[in-house]
Amino acid sequence: MLLSNLEIVPGQRIVKHLGLVQGSTVRSKHLGKDIMAGLKNIVGGELKGYTELLQEARQEATERMIKQAQAAGANAVLNIRFSTSSITQGAAEMLAYGTAVVLAA
Amino acid sequence: MADLIVFLVLLASGYTVGRIAERRHYRSILAREKELANVMVFTNRFPPLTLRAGQALVAGSVVISEDYFKRVLSGLQSLFGGRLRAYESLLDRARREAVLRMKQEARGKGAQMIVNVKFQTFSIPGRNPNSFGAVEVMAYGTALTER
Repeated sequence: MLLSNLEIVPGQRIVKHLGLVQGSTVRSKHLGKDIMAGLKNIVGGELKGYTELLQEARQEATERMIKQAQAAGANAVLNIRFSTSSITQGAAEMLAYGTAVVLAA
Repeated sequence: MADLIVFLVLLASGYTVGRIAERRHYRSILAREKELANVMVFTNRFPPLTLRAGQALVAGSVVISEDYFKRVLSGLQSLFGGRLRAYESLLDRARREAVLRMKQEARGKGAQMIVNVKFQTFSIPGRNPNSFGAVEVMAYGTALTER
């Protein structure tokens, strides 16, 4: 599966357009990480626990999007975008979406 | 009285540790920007059409928290409006760090350039509804490896 946030793939032709595919996940903060973050809030700096948490969530959203694309019979997802929104306090939704296509060399 | 002491200790530790951390972070950002200068970053939507290249989606993200001093300072500054310098430098650091991590990933894949770079900023809500807490910045794009 080729993933790209470009609209085209240089040197390859799009032979079929399969529409929008998306994957999302909602994650909440871990209490232990939250306490650490509370302490870090005093002195500032990177919150590594959160960086990892959000990266994992994004990975998961991307994987769900890939699954959907595979089910549609695509071999590439183009024009991928990410979006994040906060649902309630302490929870966030990660969304990845793109256009599923079939590429031919 | 005890409250005041706690407040002053928090303020002082936020100021000293936060400042040292910020300076150290900027030093490391500048060093790594020099080191990764050969990975070019473009916001163009299209790659050079003559280039035959393999491609891969790359991303870099970072969550950075404000310190206590910045929070108090910006709280006071926002009474008068105008620039909040404390947050400007925070977001600048976060954004440059995200770009550097994205470049690092691209270089790991042997890429020479990244095109169609997008930024996304997400403010992580704190427990206290009117607190700023932390901000996540993510940069992503398509890394091109010349064949």
